[in-house]
Amino acid sequence: MSHWQTICEVDALQANSGVCALVEGQQVAVFYMPKSQSVFALHNYDPFAKANVLSRGIIGDLKGEPIVASPVYKQHFNLKTGCCLEDETVKIPAYSVRIDQSHVQINLDYD
Amino acid sequence: MNTPKKTLVVIGNGMVGHHFLTSLVNSPIKETYHIVTFCEEPRAAYDRVHLSAFFSGQTADDLSLVEPGFFEQHGITLHIGDKAAQINREEQTVLSDKGVLIHYDTLVLATGSFPFVPPVPGHDRPECLVYRTIEDLEAIATVAQKSKVGVVVGGGLLGLEAAKALHDLGLKTHVVEFAPRLMAVQLDEAGGAMLRHKIEHLGVTVHTGKNTQLITDGEHCFNKMCFADGEELETDLILFSAGIRPRDDIARACGLEVGSRGGIVIDNQCKTSDANIYAIGECALWNGMIYGLVAPGYTMARTVVTDLASQPASFTGADMSTKLKLMGVDVASIGDAHAKSQGALTYTYQNGDLEVYKRIVVSADKKHLLGAVLVGDASGYSTLLQYCLNGIELPEHPDTLILPSRSDESGGLGPDALPLSAQICSCYDVSKGDICQAIEAGCSTVGDLKAGTKAGSGCGGCAALVKSVLNSELTKQGVTVNTDLCEHFAYTRQDLFTLIKVEKITTFDDLIEKHGHGLGCDICKPTVASILASNWNDFVLKPELAPLQDSNDAFLANIQKDGTYSVVPRIAGGEISPDMLITLGQVGKKYQLYTKITGGQRVDLFGARVEQLPLIWKDLIDAGFESGHAYGKSLRTVKSCVGSNWCRYGVDDSVGLAIELENRYKGLRSPHKIKFAVSGCTRECAEAQGKDVGIIATEHGWSLYVCGNGGMKPRHADLFATHLDKETLIKYIDRFLSFYIRTADRLQRTSVWMENMEGGLDYLKSVIIEDNLGLCEQLEEQMQHVVDTYQCEWKTTIEDESKLKRFKHFINSDQADDNIVFIEERGQLRPAETKDQKHFKLVEVA
Ligand SMILES: Cc1cc2nc3c(=O)[nH]c(=O)nc-3n(C[C@H](O)[C@H](O)[C@H](O)COP(=O)(O)OP(=O)(O)OC[C@H]3O[C@@H](n4cnc5c(N)ncnc54)[C@H](O)[C@@H]3O)c2cc1C
Ligand code: SF4
Ligand code: FES
Repeated sequence: MSHWQTICEVDALQANSGVCALVEGQQVAVFYMPKSQSVFALHNYDPFAKANVLSRGIIGDLKGEPIVASPVYKQHFNLKTGCCLEDETVKIPAYSVRIDQSHVQINLDYD
Repeated sequence: MNTPKKTLVVIGNGMVGHHFLTSLVNSPIKETYHIVTFCEEPRAAYDRVHLSAFFSGQTADDLSLVEPGFFEQHGITLHIGDKAAQINREEQTVLSDKGVLIHYDTLVLATGSFPFVPPVPGHDRPECLVYRTIEDLEAIATVAQKSKVGVVVGGGLLGLEAAKALHDLGLKTHVVEFAPRLMAVQLDEAGGAMLRHKIEHLGVTVHTGKNTQLITDGEHCFNKMCFADGEELETDLILFSAGIRPRDDIARACGLEVGSRGGIVIDNQCKTSDANIYAIGECALWNGMIYGLVAPGYTMARTVVTDLASQPASFTGADMSTKLKLMGVDVASIGDAHAKSQGALTYTYQNGDLEVYKRIVVSADKKHLLGAVLVGDASGYSTLLQYCLNGIELPEHPDTLILPSRSDESGGLGPDALPLSAQICSCYDVSKGDICQAIEAGCSTVGDLKAGTKAGSGCGGCAALVKSVLNSELTKQGVTVNTDLCEHFAYTRQDLFTLIKVEKITTFDDLIEKHGHGLGCDICKPTVASILASNWNDFVLKPELAPLQDSNDAFLANIQKDGTYSVVPRIAGGEISPDMLITLGQVGKKYQLYTKITGGQRVDLFGARVEQLPLIWKDLIDAGFESGHAYGKSLRTVKSCVGSNWCRYGVDDSVGLAIELENRYKGLRSPHKIKFAVSGCTRECAEAQGKDVGIIATEHGWSLYVCGNGGMKPRHADLFATHLDKETLIKYIDRFLSFYIRTADRLQRTSVWMENMEGGLDYLKSVIIEDNLGLCEQLEEQMQHVVDTYQCEWKTTIEDESKLKRFKHFINSDQADDNIVFIEERGQLRPAETKDQKHFKLVEVA
């Protein structure tokens, strides 16, 4: 039952950084790169720090892939897949997000 | 079949004696000997060459030349603190002061030398000292504490080094020399005069042509020196550095041949007149010469090892070229500096403005370099030495070697021009070939090479050459030494600093567009944020700057392991009124924060949720606090002792100065955090010598120490300047910090920065005190801009509604993060861990 729900407006996002949204009781980190008009969403939980902090990490790219660096121990996670670059056994949930007009919409079903 | 081991006894465990032992144990013949060594000093061999480092904080352990476990591992019997007293050549025995009697098959004398003290009446007064052992230096430090004036007798190499030490200890220093010029052995007249001028400029008074006749009670000082010309000089401390004399008494007593002016006579195999006895180092007299340097002694030591192994070996003299930095002045002398060789031609370059003097001595056919003297600029030393030692043919106009090159063509001899046999390091006899081999075997840094070949680990004089050989070889191998900041910028931090400054770049986007590629990462973004802040000092949470900031800067607080933050208001100098202290308590209580006193004399409040930060800061700012920048790679604290206002020993107001400095540099962003401390007297209660910038009050003004560190890799700070008034002190600190910010790598503390700096402390002094790079004005401006544009980042934040948006856990809800759970321990809260849940009751925090 795939469904898109609006979590906020674009102007609630922070350019070139992340914010955290509460969606159906889940903490979702939403990252926004205005230049390419891209948005990414990962679960906010950093499995290394065991804390809900990923939305506060620095974002950028490594070898062409978009990433966020944990603000606590600095591991990198692929923004598209949630895979950890330093430890391939670790993967955090990644969600589909999109900007529809000025609404930021998320689809919590992920495979 | 086991042949019984022979006994080899070494008398003296000094630099050369120990080098002999290390060479011996690396040789197969070590198996044939049972090795015994007598060491008169209370500690085994240490680095006498760097003895002066003892005054800048190196300990006896730091100076030790003995690798841990060396004697045990190689089964060498070490008789420490026991002097060999007698040799019986017929019985082949050595008897020690403590009564140890040992039979030897082979004996090696490495007894070194002692400082010559002219027998003038009064030479044995209590403040008359010498400069040879660690004990000597301890005695100097003790006497210096109660002294104001110091005199060094002897203006040679060692004398000038000693003078520098006295000067650094805060004494008004004089050098008294018998000869008509300084460093008469190495320098010609004009070179000596130039050196004198430079040294006097630094505040040391030089008296040449002075013959001391009497030392007696002084009127204002402990002592008075009376000279043959009727003049007198009042002084407290007197340090004799009037040459060395070989310690040949034990050899003399057993009838070995000694020279008429002392020294144990040796042949080319370093054998004395007794075939079972060798002599090496400063006690040995070869071809009428005593060599007062380590490198020849080391060569002698290796010669003996080779000879013992029945391999052909001979010592045939040694090069006495030297390069030194004396009181910040470069001085070098190579080969036949006095042009004594027949038909020698000389070329001289003298620049009175820059105080540089250079002279080369060239063979009659102008093909070969025989010698050189350099004062004020010894950058050509390595090149000239290689011409001289390796007989490399000179260019058509030899004077191009010393004339300043006004164009790009440099007279320098690139490392490629050297033959593989060229000796690069004379201390450890390492040739260019040895270095190339080590590089092929995988050495890729100067550190690797030091460890692998020992090149550069003696006097250090060859370090620059070792580095250039390394670089040239690596380039040839196609290895590019990658110093890129990260994949987004093919530049070092220092390069980026320059680009940003020169092109007046103010945003990351601008920079990456012009000079980088991709989006950036958690390495380059905070680095650039820091450089932008050091240069322009804009508010760090401006929309275009906020995303660049590291975890802590991004929320102006220190993130903790559970995602909460700690808050540290500034308490400049650690001085706080009772009312302010009460406010801190009230705020801590109101928000249920865990409260701890920090090492930097302030209060850390832990456990604040991101959404509480603005509320906490509003309360703090209303009460008069401001941000402590504990979250930034920036100035942290200026710690202070209570100082002269209260302390009965205090010499000056350390708290007042600490507050002034903390307020001056607060908010300054830098490659890493910076800590200061100020002590009110030399008892050093504030531990200033373990800080990036440390200041100690003395009766003669402030002493400035730099590049110390506590933490993971402690480093004792270096004494940088003494006798400073406050204005000069601040000027030096301004320049020092600005230069560090410009040139350090990312996350490089001042201690590591210093350790990697080519030229080290002396170079830093030349940049900051003597302004050799002509940079000081810019450095001061750079700092003044930061000082003038300071703002409390928290005040700016809470005054701007739009900035507060980021201090929420959820953008779409006012709920708090339910993963943050505290437990109570010792009456305060702390983050819960799963294991705690069994033992503690969980506390719900509103
Ligand atoms: C301050 C200073 C700076 C220097 N700077 C430089 C420099 O920059 N470059 C350079 O090349 N050289 C320099 N030198 C000189 C260098 O230190 C010496 O050349 C070197 O130490 C000589 O080594 P050695 O083993 O012959 O003598 P030492 O190092 O003096 O060792 C001799 C040891 O033998 C011990 N001993 C003597 N008699 C007996 C006995 N009967 N029984 C037991 N033990 C005995 C002594 O106590 C001493 O420990 C400097 C020297 C000083 C003091
Ligand atoms: S350093 Fe000196 S002035 Fe400061 S507290 Fe200690 S004894 Fe007193
Ligand atoms: S020449 Fe002394 S360390 Fe190399």
